[in-house]
This record gives sequence, C-alpha cells and structure tokens, in this order.
Amino acid sequence: MKVTIFDTCVVDLFFPQVAEDMVEVLERFGCDCDVPTNQICCGQPTYNSGYEKESIKTIHNEIDTLLANGSDYIVGPAGSCVAMLHEYQFMLKDDPEYAEKAKELAAKSYEFSQFLYRVLGVVDAGAQLDTVATYHRSCHMTRLLGEAETPYILLKHVKGLDLKPLPHVEKCCGFGGMFSAKEPTLSQPMVDEKVDSIVSTGAQTLISCDPACLMNIGGRMNRRGIKMNVMHLANVLNHNVDPSRIKFVKDVDKAAI
Amino acid sequence: MGLQTTEKPFLERVEEAKKDKFMQGSVAKAQDAQLIKREDARAQLGHWQQWRELGEQIRKETVRYLPDYLEEFADNVEKQGGHVFFAKDDKEAAAFIRQVAVEKKAKNIVKSKSMVTAEIGLNKQLLSIPGVSLMETDLAEFILQEDDWDEPTHIVFPTLHKNRTQIQKIFQKLGYKGDNDPSTMAKFARKYLRNKFIHADLGITGCNFAIADNGMINLVTNEGNADLCMAIPKTQVVVMGMERIVPSLKEAETLDNMLSRSAVGQKLTSYCTFCGKKQDGESDGPDDFYVVIVDNGRSKALGTVFEPVLQCIRCGACLNVCPIYRHIGGHGYGSIYPGPIGAVLSPILDGYEKFGDLPFASSLCAACTETCPVKIPLHHLLIEHRRIMMDKIHTDHTFTNQIMKIIGVGTGSPFLFKSVLRFGHVGLNVLTTKKPANTVSGFLYQQGRVGKVNPPLPKLMLGWTDLRDLPNVSKKHQNFRSWFGKHTPVKAVAHPQPLK
Repeated sequence: MKVTIFDTCVVDLFFPQVAEDMVEVLERFGCDCDVPTNQICCGQPTYNSGYEKESIKTIHNEIDTLLANGSDYIVGPAGSCVAMLHEYQFMLKDDPEYAEKAKELAAKSYEFSQFLYRVLGVVDAGAQLDTVATYHRSCHMTRLLGEAETPYILLKHVKGLDLKPLPHVEKCCGFGGMFSAKEPTLSQPMVDEKVDSIVSTGAQTLISCDPACLMNIGGRMNRRGIKMNVMHLANVLNHNVDPSRIKFVKDVDKAAI
Repeated sequence: MGLQTTEKPFLERVEEAKKDKFMQGSVAKAQDAQLIKREDARAQLGHWQQWRELGEQIRKETVRYLPDYLEEFADNVEKQGGHVFFAKDDKEAAAFIRQVAVEKKAKNIVKSKSMVTAEIGLNKQLLSIPGVSLMETDLAEFILQEDDWDEPTHIVFPTLHKNRTQIQKIFQKLGYKGDNDPSTMAKFARKYLRNKFIHADLGITGCNFAIADNGMINLVTNEGNADLCMAIPKTQVVVMGMERIVPSLKEAETLDNMLSRSAVGQKLTSYCTFCGKKQDGESDGPDDFYVVIVDNGRSKALGTVFEPVLQCIRCGACLNVCPIYRHIGGHGYGSIYPGPIGAVLSPILDGYEKFGDLPFASSLCAACTETCPVKIPLHHLLIEHRRIMMDKIHTDHTFTNQIMKIIGVGTGSPFLFKSVLRFGHVGLNVLTTKKPANTVSGFLYQQGRVGKVNPPLPKLMLGWTDLRDLPNVSKKHQNFRSWFGKHTPVKAVAHPQPLK
C-alpha cells in the first residue's frame, strides 16, 4: 500500500520527531511511504486570515504535489491541516482545473490516528509508555474533520498509559493559527485556561494529534515554568513497541475497542 | 443605545473586560452550566442532528422567499385590524413608535425584553416624550434600567455580568430592604412591576417568530411579563427584525422546541404565547395593534454569502460555547449582539469601520458552527468577512499585512520554502538569547528554542513570543526530509488489509 506523507509546514520546520515516528509506525504496518519534496503548507495561515488570493497558489501546489505520486492514501500528523485538505473541495468547487482533483484529494486524505484505526484497522499499535497522561482534542480535528474517537481508541491500548480525562476538553487552546500571533490579548486567557485544566489532571504527559496546538500550549507551559512532557500521538505509538502486542479490529471483541 | 454600545477601541474594551474577573467567573460558570443543561435537553429530544437539518431547511426557505412571507404576514395582520409598518432603518423604526406613543397620549409604557428595540435605540426616543414613564419588565432588563441603563452583555441573559449583591444595591434605590436572596429580590421586582402593568397604556414587545399564514406573534418567555405587556395595555407595538418570520404554526412549533432547548436547556419555556389584536369575544389583548418590521441593514445580507446569518433564531447558544466570549464577555464586543453571531451580524448591519475588529476576534474553533441549531456556518462567515476586508477593500495598511502577503508567497513557492528549511535554523538562532532551561520535555524544543524577542521585530513574532516560547527551526541535516532520505524503513510486521 502506497502512502504519501503530508508532513505539514509546522512539522517540516520544527518537529522532525513527529513525522519520523509517524513514518516508522506506518512502515511497521506495511505502508510504503513517500515524501514529495515540493509540498509546503495547506494554506490555512493566509486563507483563514482573509488572504484568499494569496492562498490559491499554495493550495494548487499542495494538491498537485500530494496527488503526483498516485498513492493509495495521503496521511498527515495534524488534524487541522488534514481538515483543510478536506475543505479544498468546497473552496474550489467552481475551479475548472482543480475541482475534481480536490475531491480526489479529500477522498484519500486521513489524519494519522484516523488512518491507523479506520483504514488499517489497528487497535493496539504495540506501544508501551509508563506515564500519567491527558489528551488535548483539537477543534479542527474534532469539528471540521469530524474525528473525535480514534486517538482515544489507540491511546486506550497503549501499555502502561494512565489517561486522565481533561476538563473542558471542548474548549479551544487559543492557537487558531495566525490568531495566536495577531490577537495575543485574546489568545492568552484561552491558553492559560487550557494549561490550568491540563495541570489540574495531574498528568505528567500531554498528548495531542495537532502539533500546532502543542506548540501553543507547550510554549505557554515552558514560559510559565510548568513541567510537562509534551508528545504527539505518533511519539507515543512508536514508543517501546513490542510487535507481539499488536492487535487489529478483527482480533478483538467490539466491546473491548 | 443602538447597535454600538461604546466608541472605545476594540483592544481597550478587551483589556477592560479582561480586568473584570467577576464577569469572567460568572460567564464561565454560566457556560459550563448551560453546556450540561443544553446538551441534556437536546439529547432528550433525540436525533438532534436531524432536527438541526429541519431547522435549517425551515429558516433557509423562509429567508429565500422572505418578501413573499412578509407580504403574507402583513396582509393577515391587517385583515385582523392591525397595522404594519416597514422601517428601513433604526431611526425610521424608533420615530414611528415614538409617534404612536405621542398619538395615543401614552403615559405609562411597559416593555418586555427585545434585542431589536435596543438595536434601534428605542428607549431614548420614548424617554424624550415629556411626561412619559418607561419600564423594562423583563427582570434582567429591569435591573439594567435601574442601574442607569447599563448595557446587556448577552442576548438571552442580559445581566450575566452582575452578581446578587450588586443587584441588591440597585434595588435598594427603589426602596428594597431585604437581603441578597434571588427569590426575595425577584418577589420585590414582581410586586413593583405589577403596579406598572396595571397602569400601562402602551405595551412594547419583541417577537420570537411572526406566523405568516395567520398574522400571529409568537412570544417565548419564562417570566410571563411579555404576556402582560400584551394583555393589559390598550395599545401594543411589536418590533421585529424582518427575518423573524415562519411560514405557519407548524414551523413555529419546531423552532420553539429547538429555541428553548438551545437557549436555556428547557423542553419549553414557561410561557409560549401566540397573540395578536384583540378579537371579538376575547377578554384581553390590545385594541390597537402595531407591528414594526425592521430592516436596518439586514437586506444587505440577502442574496450574498452572508444570507445564512438571517437564519438565526437568537438562542445565544453560540455565545455560550464561545471561548472568546468566555473571557471578554458581551461588553468586549462593543455591539448589542456579541459573541460569534454578533461578530458576523454587526459588520453586516453597520459596517467594517465600527465592527471590523470583531471577525478577527476568533480562533475559528468552530464551536459556534457546531452548536447552532439552524446550522449557520458561523466560522466560515467570519472568514468571509476577513476575506472582504483583506482581499477586497484592503482595510489593513500595517506591516502585518505585508508579512501576510510574504507568507502567501513563501507557502506558494517550493523553492522559497526549501530555502527556509535550509537556512531557517541559523536565521532564528540569531534571536536565541541565554535563557533558563526548558521545563517542557518531549519533541517541542529538540531543535532549540527562541524565548521572548523584542521590537523592532515584527508584531506578529512579538505576539507569539510575548506569551510563549517558540521552537527553533530544525537544522537542515536534522530535519524530517533529510532523515527520510537516509532512513532504513522499519520492518513490516503486518500486511495492510484496508477496511476501506
């Protein structure tokens, strides 16, 4: 199965470990991965700020690059960016050249946890991580991509992981892309409330499927001097893996998922 | 009052709001309580997503054929002996109602809660009539009135920003001698207001829905004060935004059900009334009945991408889920329509010059879109406003605008992006000053960290690093693409058997 890695600009620029762990997990499940080097960014920084004209070139480039290798699937480590790939089909519905391509892209694109569970049928990735953790649910992954379950299913089966529920899990962390830099006065109380909620769980580890949210929450925690181990789900699922623990949907009772 | 509640600049309003810790605490508490009540009430109904689809269909259809439904409604009101006045704007609407009050020689006017009367600045007009007494009879609006006409901060819970002791003090000015127990204070207000109702000669109400095919007005309240405003005075004026219409009682029933659950988490409010001019054989109701239908900028949304904003049924659920509203409250928005719906609606009604900041006051988390009972794509409409301001009328002339355009170029050119990947680490490293060790471990700062930076660096960068540390860009030979080019694939332990 050929999988094109949609590595996202934030991961490309700042967080190699996220994409490396994601690739290794996917390879473990038999995916033949490729990384097209002309990909850049999903276009949200400019599009969501109102610069539509400036975004179109970015979006066209991303579509062309991700579809070029004709892979079976396109998988990314960021719920928000993958949600944007799914939005293209609505933005470009009147674009004679790209309307169809945008539909094809949406049909093939998955966020990492979503792909593992919904396409590969993975329930237990075989990982072990001895920690008390909590999970930050990103707004775009939940509300725009419509995926609220898969990270929890995969985390539930990580050996040694004690996952605490996060109070106000539905509230935005205050990232919001350019919002975080353009409107710091509004973003600050949001990120502080999120940090306080996370700390209140007693977790040592914060996990999410959106690196940009983690960059925001973790960045605030570091500034406030709060101790926290910040991990992407891919870091967790590639930690201390014992292949004999791996389980698929078909191997387990529905009730145990 | 009018649509705009203050002329203070946006950031000043936000800073003021952020200092009001009591307000923040009560908004957060109300949001959290409403989350449980609202979701319970919706779950009890069952099939909530299908209800939303039905709600959306009803509202879309009504808005699409709005002129026809308005005509049908107006005809039916007039058939029953009522009068209909179409007001182009706030001034026309308020002036007409003032004229009615003058002609009827009204002395004691009672009002029930209505956002549109606040929008058209009605109270000021009425109070300019010599010898007129005006009384807001909704408990919360009554409190605001007695607090020197303070502004509401929520479209459903206007006094969300006040606590019981503040209210006790306000009531003491009216002769209240009791403690700050809410039920004792409510009893006092009830007695005080009852006297006003008995002597009222003009009643003014808003309108939750106007029924096109029978000319009736549907009022949804919990205090019964609107019903008294309608039943006792000889003259009643109903004020409604022009989109507040439904085809028939059948649709009103559906929407009342969704409105009550979405607004206050109730199956139905205590009072849900359908009324009009007093008919033969009826014992109460107005002899003279006026309906004022207000445009005031709403028609600018018709036929545009913003048309769905007219679907709104004013439940306020989007305020109750909004993380921005949670922290800055209603006054921070500077519009009588705050929260996500206000950020979309206010610039449509009265332009970007006054309300252009509001569409940017959102992280686009889409909690509003998710909760809206009639499926208004609120966060999309916020982006639409941004698009018009940035791409079409170019309201931003700052350096930030230039940077956004540079980001546009950078994210559109593989060559430029690869250059950033190659040289970014060195570039950002220049800004890295000596700083305390990381308290955060994990992947975030494996490539280094940039702490607080200082001017003259761009505002955008300061906006980030004033609050948070920034990871450094990976060194070229350590970035993901270099790793991928060199790495040995992990041995597959399973052959993929796609479920899809």
